[in-house]
This record gives sequence, C-alpha cells and structure tokens, in this order.
Amino acid sequence: MGKTDNLIILENGTIYDPYKNKKKAGSILIVDGIVKEVGKVTGSDNTRKIDCTGKLIVPGLIDIHAHFREPGREDKETLATGARAAFSGGFTRVCVMPNTNPPLDSPEAIRFIIEKSSGLPVQILPIGSITIGQKGQELSEVGKMVKAGAVAISDDGLPVQNGQVLRNALEYAQKYGIPVINHAEDIHLRNDGVMNESSLSTRLGLPGNPDISESVMVHRDLEIADYTGGKIHIPHVSTKRSVDLIRKYKKMGVNVTAEVTPHHIGLTEDKLTEYDTHTKVAPPLRSELDRKALIKGLIEGSINCIATDHAPHTIEEKEMDFIHSPCGMIGLESAFGLSHTVLTKAGASTEKVVQWFTKGPADIMGWNIIPFQIGEPAEIAIIDSKIRWTFKKSHIQSKSKNSPMIGMKFTGKVDGTISGKNTCGNLLD
Amino acid sequence: MGSLKNKHLIGLEHTPAKDIQKLIDTGFTFREVLDRPIKKVPSLTGKNIVNLFFENSTRTRISFELAEKRLSADVTNFSASASSVSKGEGLKDTVQNIHAMKMDCAVMRHPVPGSCLQLSKFVDAVVINAGDGTHEHPTQALLDMMSIKEKFGKLKGLNIAIVGDILHSRVALSNIYGLQKMGAKVTLCGPPHLIPRGIQKLGVSVNSDIDEVIEWADALNVLRIQRERMGVGIIPSVREYRDFFGITQERLDAHKKEIVIMHPGPMNRGVEIDSSVADGDQAIILDQVLNGVAIRMSILYLLLGPDEGEVG
Repeated sequence: MGKTDNLIILENGTIYDPYKNKKKAGSILIVDGIVKEVGKVTGSDNTRKIDCTGKLIVPGLIDIHAHFREPGREDKETLATGARAAFSGGFTRVCVMPNTNPPLDSPEAIRFIIEKSSGLPVQILPIGSITIGQKGQELSEVGKMVKAGAVAISDDGLPVQNGQVLRNALEYAQKYGIPVINHAEDIHLRNDGVMNESSLSTRLGLPGNPDISESVMVHRDLEIADYTGGKIHIPHVSTKRSVDLIRKYKKMGVNVTAEVTPHHIGLTEDKLTEYDTHTKVAPPLRSELDRKALIKGLIEGSINCIATDHAPHTIEEKEMDFIHSPCGMIGLESAFGLSHTVLTKAGASTEKVVQWFTKGPADIMGWNIIPFQIGEPAEIAIIDSKIRWTFKKSHIQSKSKNSPMIGMKFTGKVDGTISGKNTCGNLLD
Repeated sequence: MGSLKNKHLIGLEHTPAKDIQKLIDTGFTFREVLDRPIKKVPSLTGKNIVNLFFENSTRTRISFELAEKRLSADVTNFSASASSVSKGEGLKDTVQNIHAMKMDCAVMRHPVPGSCLQLSKFVDAVVINAGDGTHEHPTQALLDMMSIKEKFGKLKGLNIAIVGDILHSRVALSNIYGLQKMGAKVTLCGPPHLIPRGIQKLGVSVNSDIDEVIEWADALNVLRIQRERMGVGIIPSVREYRDFFGITQERLDAHKKEIVIMHPGPMNRGVEIDSSVADGDQAIILDQVLNGVAIRMSILYLLLGPDEGEVG
C-alpha cells in the first residue's frame, strides 16, 4: 500500500458500472486521489500509466458484514488491520458488526469507530446493536446511533430471541430507514451443535446444528417483517430451507434482503473430516445440497449480495480443540477470488459477481452510489477475471490468519484497489 | 512395528477388516498368556507408554495399565483436571509434553471428538484412542467383538443389537464400524430422539421396539444410560425407560430364547439392565472385562512390538 503518484491513469481497461450495468472501453485519470477524467483521458509525460488491458475497472467493493474487533480484542484485529485486509481484497467500504467489547450500543461507541477509522484507506461504517449490550432486551438509542453514523442495527451473533423485541426494532427502525439484521438461529435447536447436523456429524461424533435452527428463525423474522412492514436483512444464509422461505416471502412483497458468505457458497461440511478448527464457523458449513441452493438463490435474486462475515481469531484460540475453539474465519482477502471462481463456474458473469459485491450491498443499505464521478475521490477496484492463482498465507493482510481457504485455487482476482490517495495491489505497488 | 496398516489406532472407521481380524486373533493369543501362572511377557521392555486421561475412567484406564504392565512396558499415568479441558487448553500442552518426555505411545481418553486424531498429527508417538468424546472407542469395540467371537466362534452372519442412548455413545459408533466390517448385521434400538441423524447411512437398521429386536438378535450390547439424562426432558423417567427399553429378567423370560447379553460398563443395575440379567448365564460381561486386557495387549503389541516373532 502506498500513496499514488500525483497523476495516475488507468489505461485501456473496460470500465464497468454495476449500478447501471453499463460497460465501456476506456481509461480513468486520477489526480491527487480525485477522479478527473473518464473515457478518453489526457495525460502528460509525468503521469503514472497503469496498463489495464483486458481488465475490468469497477467501483470499490462493499462488505456489509465484517468483524474488526476494536474496541476490546485488538489482538485479533484492529480497525487499521481490518481496513488493510479489506483494501487488499478490493473493498473500499466495510460495515463493521457491533460485537466488540464494549459493544457498539451507543452513539458514543459509533462515534469512536468513525473517528478512529478516519484516514484509513477503507471507509468504515458501523452497525449499532439492536439492544443494549446485545442482550436482546432493551432497545439501544437507535436514532442517536444513526445520527452518529450507524448504517444498520444488529445484535450480531446473538439472535434476538424475544419476538416482541424484534417487532419493536423492525417498527422503530423504519423511522430511520435502516435495515434490521438478525442472526437467524433458534439457539435451542442449535443446542450444543458445532457443525451441520448430518450423517457426517454422526460419523465424526460431533454435536450437530440442524438446518432448521436457521430456517425456523428466518420464518419467524419474515412473518414479523411481513406484519410490520419493517426492513429485515438476513445475514449469512446457509440453508436451502431458508432460501426457499426467502424466495416465497419476496414473492409476497415482504421487505426482505439477504446475504450469503463466500465460504457458504464455496465450501461444504466435507471440509471438516480432519477436525480442522479453521472450518468451524457460525452458521456452520452445510451440505452440498444447501451450497447449490445458495448459489441458485443468488443467481435468481432471492439472495441480494455477498458479505464476508470476516471473523478474525488468534492462533491460540484456533489451536484449541474443535468443541472449544471459537466460530469464525477471515474472508476479506479471499472473498472475490473464491466467489468469482464458484459463481462463474455456476454460469454467472464476472459483471454479475461484481454486482453482488457492489450494487447488492448498496441497495440493502439504501445507498445511492454514482461511481467514477468527476471531482469525487476515487473508489476503484481493478479486476483480472481470467487469472488463475493459489490463495496463500502471504495474501493475508489481516492480523489473524484463520482461513481454511489457504491453498485453494481461484480464477479471478482483484489486481489493485484505489481509495482516494491510497492504492494497493499487484498492479499498483 | 508396522504389522498393521495404520500407525495409530484412532478409530475402527479407518481400520481395515484384516487388521481387525489380526487384532482379535492376537487377542486370543494373549488371552492364553493371561491364563498362565506368570502373566507377564517381555514384549515391550523399554517402551515408554503414557496414559493420558482427560476424563474420568476406571475400567478403561486400569485395563490399559494392566495390559501395558503385562507386556513389560514402562507406564506413566497422567490425569488432567476437567477444568483445563473445559477451558479448551490441554491439547497443545499435551502434544509438547509428549514430545519432551520422548514417549513411544500415548493412550488418550478425551471428552472432545477428534482429539486423538489431532494429537496423532503432531506427535511421533503411537496414539491409541481410549475414547474421544462421542466419537469412537475402538478398543472397547474390539474387546466386544473378541467376546462375541469367543462365544459364537465367529462374527460373520451374526445379528447384533446395540441398545440405549446411541446419540451420546462412543461405544456404538466403533461397534457399528467393526461389526459390519467383520460381516455381522447391526440394529440400533433406543428412544428415537437418541438415535443420531443419518446413522442409517452407515448401513445399520434402526428399530425402537426392543421386543422385536430381542427376537432378531443373537446378542444385545446394552449401553449405559447416563442418570444425568433422566428427568431433564430427555428421558422422561427410569420407570418409563425400563418399560420400553430395559433389559429386564421378565422381558428376557418372555422371549424364551438364547441370547447373549453384553454391557461395556459401568452398569446402572436396575435401570438399563436388571441385576439378575447382568449376573445370569446369558451375560458375558465379565468375559468382556478379561478380554479387554487381552485385546489391549494385542493392540499395544501389534502397534509397538517387534515386527516378527512369536508372542513370548
């Protein structure tokens, strides 16, 4: 990562606007981090020219679900290291979840994130908690948090168990136009499950978490959203049952959006046969049937976007046994490569994959983004859709290295990211 | 070393039938040793074995210790507190300790499924699984099979039922793998919500009618019902369990057939099995205990002993 030279031209690429789904050949001139010309550009001898022949120039990617652990667990990740990881993966905007210590349940906490992250190459947009202390009981100061910069509310990994509390949140949040994100899981059905419940969990002797633990809660949340007209967003959908429910309620006109993670569309429970704790995640990696349903859900539009659920954990924590080690894997650096590989194989275009990382999340959050605007700071990712590469530990910029993707082969890569005066990636280093 | 396909004994899922056969056959050889006036052989002289028990166990631990001593190995016992396990510590330190102590073999009982496999990846020592959570308990299944073979002279073609709480059992899974590889048929019988999901994919039948199962079976392997699962909404009551799944004298008498009764212990007399059944002529529960020592000698010998030569 480094400051760009004063003048930079992204030359002879294909400029793709996923928000309007428009594509044209051209170049972009950036001066002091500001977009100056798009299409045909004028450069001088001292302009740094980046050859983008054969590459796709797209707006910076957006992740609406990440854990940067600050405040409280800076040993796992900080806003700065998380931003570095995101930037290297092509992201220029990241929403961070409120399960910090203390949790982001007040306007003061929201302001802390915004102030602490100013100047980072990635814009960090905090999600406030639905309830105080993520306890699922009393509503947080939602209005004040939104005023301070919160873009959504969620109790993150702690599902709002009390239906009345969720109803209140869905009704109240409408005033502020923000989505309510509820981790959909019936904790009693989850029981002590640490992996998908199946013949494989039986074989491995590990306690299973059945797919119905998710779909039962998805169903409840959809009913409450239907009744209240509230804006519900379902994070990290992992099961076919949930996709079927979301499809049905979308057809009914319910205001529901949903995301899927790269790991749930890229990996299945079969990764767990060696008890590798890096594969332990919540919700768990599911069956091949579920994985296929998630991909279908994205392609048909039942699921709106891809979000990473980037969840850093220390080596010490992941060295524990399978029952005791914490759930979660990092994902920002491998997100585009893994998703692009899986989804283009399933028949989606590179442009469509870009949409799931840009327009999809922006629409969920209600952001109106006009990319490549002249006079505005650059927010750009450069994509090589053909390149085959192996994801290595050295690609990880996060403070934690807990990724089961290490060693996987991908097709398609973010070759460079620009955010204002900051740049990173092969192409720009 | 190396008389078996695998270096370790982690589970029967990945143990080939011919190795199971060899382990049982060698078990009978050691059974003869146990009938001699001097029950000790020098096969493992100079070998260091550590028994790592992260969970309470009396039978399995004593059985291993006896087997190790009768093979003349040097034995170290290590029992960790349950609290270190509940904090998720332990496994890595265990690995490092085994390295430092230059152990030839680690026998481990641990509450977490997969822990023995994890251990085997990081140590040079031979790892023997003495029970990893609700996963496998291969030495128990081997002694069960040896006991069945002793009784019937064969395993192939026999009908074996496993009765009780299959979901929380490590004995069941190892028996399922082992018995099927040796050509026996397996039926599971227990409360339907204590039968783990998808277990039929392993090739077993499931039947919750104990009387039908008794009619079908040549032998019943009766599992211990954990008293802590009684009356907390999982098993409604002792009397209800006994009515529908208990191996009572009355029930066996009503069937008027010869059937072999096994139990891996420790028993809850009067809960899953009547005292008179456990002590009766059809039970081979004490043979299982003796065979347990013999089969563990066989396992240790085949994994750690000399390549060739007769059992001394």
